[in-house]
Amino acid sequence: MSLKDKAFILDKDSMARTIERMAHEIVERMKSIDDVAIIGIKNRGAYLGQKLADRIEHIAGSRPALGALDITLYRDDLTQVSAQPIVHATEIDFDIEGKRIVLVDDVLFTGRTVRCALDALVDLGRPAEIQLAVLIDRGHRELPIRADYVGKNVPTSLKEAVEVRFVVPDGKDEVVISEKAD
Amino acid sequence: MKNGPDKKTIWTKKDLLGLEYLSKDEIELILYTAESFKEVTTRQIKKVPALRGKTVVNLFYEPSTRTRTSFELAAKRLSADVVNVEIETSSVKKGETLIDTGKNIEALKIDIIVVRHSCSGAPNILARSVGASVVNAGDGWHEHPTQALLDMFTLKSKLGKISGLKVSIIGDIAHSRVARSNIWGLTKLGAKVTVCAPALLIPPDIEKMGVAVTTDVDEALEGADAINVLRMQFERDTAKAFPSKLEYFKRYGIHEERLKRCKKDIVVMHPGPINRGIEMSSAVADGKNSVILEQVTNGIAVRMAVLYLVSHAKEA
Repeated sequence: MSLKDKAFILDKDSMARTIERMAHEIVERMKSIDDVAIIGIKNRGAYLGQKLADRIEHIAGSRPALGALDITLYRDDLTQVSAQPIVHATEIDFDIEGKRIVLVDDVLFTGRTVRCALDALVDLGRPAEIQLAVLIDRGHRELPIRADYVGKNVPTSLKEAVEVRFVVPDGKDEVVISEKAD
Repeated sequence: MKNGPDKKTIWTKKDLLGLEYLSKDEIELILYTAESFKEVTTRQIKKVPALRGKTVVNLFYEPSTRTRTSFELAAKRLSADVVNVEIETSSVKKGETLIDTGKNIEALKIDIIVVRHSCSGAPNILARSVGASVVNAGDGWHEHPTQALLDMFTLKSKLGKISGLKVSIIGDIAHSRVARSNIWGLTKLGAKVTVCAPALLIPPDIEKMGVAVTTDVDEALEGADAINVLRMQFERDTAKAFPSKLEYFKRYGIHEERLKRCKKDIVVMHPGPINRGIEMSSAVADGKNSVILEQVTNGIAVRMAVLYLVSHAKEA
């Protein structure tokens, strides 16, 4: 299956402004950053989490704890996916007990990834609360999950894919909609 | 973020029968996957749902405490259900063949069979006759792949790499499946391997596996980055080829005097159980170079990785 780019949603500047706004929203709602932790879902969510943490530090003057979560072992489609997912390690070097966590992913789609991430997080401890931040909400939810912070709502069809690219590891910051080429 | 294995490497084998049958990339995929499971084993809740609904049977035709317990814990920490088949009380005593036992286990809808057998090649026969995954937990003098994998995992986490290391395997090479699996794995990953034993305990043609051979333990220790000291398996001495225990300790035992002449940070491994005062002194076994208990801890992570990969094997 090959994908071809169809429409540009965000370029470098608009992505930076979107992430800046999301960081402001998180600071506004959280008030104090002391017990806040940003946890990105690997792989793209981890890169976005890092960017958000950088901006929050710039705005609030203190840096939230930052971690990255690998959810491979919690997926409900392990036996169905065609490509074999490689298991990566979760990198959270602080205790999440009592923390106010902002879970971060690049695209919110069916909600199944977030469901896995919630399972994985509660296995690590009992946070005070968990909020959700996504750069793109593309709709088509299959579970009762919604995001607290959304960069951009993008209506899509099921035939389309939303690709979020970051300078690391993709070479440039952009969000595009692509479609399966027949 | 640590470097992953080659992206194109996917696991396609339903079984793990030996390291002889694996490529370098496949071995590295297991070691990489095990690193993630190591993180899981350090959590307060040491359990992930990756094998929920799967059943693992431990089919042990030879006595084993540590390997069986390690496989059992690995399966349980992946949320699988585990059944231990005790051979003393099973139908084998009544004359059932290995293949029949396997087919009966399969009829119970078991997903993974972990097997230890005194006959070399028994897991290979079982794997051919059942659809379930078969993991070799040691067969005769042939292979003990998960032990070698956990040895390599421990080595890699201690010294950062395998390639280019000088590793000496000391002890009863002839009867040792641990030695054979280590030789396959280490040479595939680019280590320089020396085997060292009394002449009668070195199998003929062992150098064809790409190893150096010596009967002089001090030669084997010189310049070594790591040593893997094997247990003297007195129960296997059918040909009466073993020296006396005291003589063996004098000539081949690893004690502090010998260790002083080695590299300062030499890694000392032993697959256990240790015969203290025969192949190794207590001072060395409990000393700062010893990673023997880390090997036991790492064994669970490595076995979790193996169970995870064989049960999620993809068509090539």
